[in-house]
Amino acid sequence: MGTTGAAPPKTVTESGTRAPRRASAGQGPVVVAVSLGGGLGALARYAAGLLWPTAPAAFPWTTLLINAVGCALIGVLLVTIAELGTPHRLARPFLGTGVLGGFTTFSTYAVDVQRLVTHGRTAEGLACLVATPVLALASVWAAATAARRLFVLRRAR
Amino acid sequence: MNWLLVVAGAMVGAPLRYLTDRFVQARHDSVFPWGTFTVNVVGCLVLGVLTGAVDEPTRLLLGTGLCGALTTYSTFSYETLRLAEDGARGYAVLNVAGSVVCGLGAAFAGVALGQALT
Repeated sequence: MGTTGAAPPKTVTESGTRAPRRASAGQGPVVVAVSLGGGLGALARYAAGLLWPTAPAAFPWTTLLINAVGCALIGVLLVTIAELGTPHRLARPFLGTGVLGGFTTFSTYAVDVQRLVTHGRTAEGLACLVATPVLALASVWAAATAARRLFVLRRAR
Repeated sequence: MNWLLVVAGAMVGAPLRYLTDRFVQARHDSVFPWGTFTVNVVGCLVLGVLTGAVDEPTRLLLGTGLCGALTTYSTFSYETLRLAEDGARGYAVLNVAGSVVCGLGAAFAGVALGQALT
């Protein structure tokens, strides 16, 4: 099961085939939460782009940092939601799938690399191509690990 | 009013990502996150087509807003972390390499398609 939303676990029938999912049971509020969160996240991304604009042939630092920060935040968020036990059922759709999903972007990253290469900046394009996933994965790993340790420390008290 | 265009596009893009992920994930039994992979590659293709092919308001609505929110780096990296932590390191590596290669390929294809159309 994907980790982007609050989808129910897969149900398997005795014959081994999947039982039909309940037709959109309770999906309305989740979709609305994802939509509102996505709007807010994208607005924050757009604002960051206005504050720190990237020239056509320049290295896209803003998008790189947006993605790194968003990855760190989702690490903290999803560990926190898992540790809370009974979080609000719209917390993950709104904050994770919505806000952070709307804040971070894969398409701008790919088109930024394409733009650098097309402008003859192949080295910067390759650097962006490699640095973004490395930084994103390091961020989510470090943030999730730190959050888990904090929860362990808190329980130990 | 540019920010309204971005928000309007994103309010469609984000739920489209959620619903596509649910649709795709319900239709296979592997642990590979095909749902996120799909929206990211499709988003790269569409943003590529839009690049240089549309005016500023359309780019903000469909590019920065819709494609920006349809695609995601946070879920992509969190799913990769989960694959690695759950012992599916091969899938984790495949997810990163596959998403980056296919996303970039889709962006180049999209730009070429956009230039051919205009």
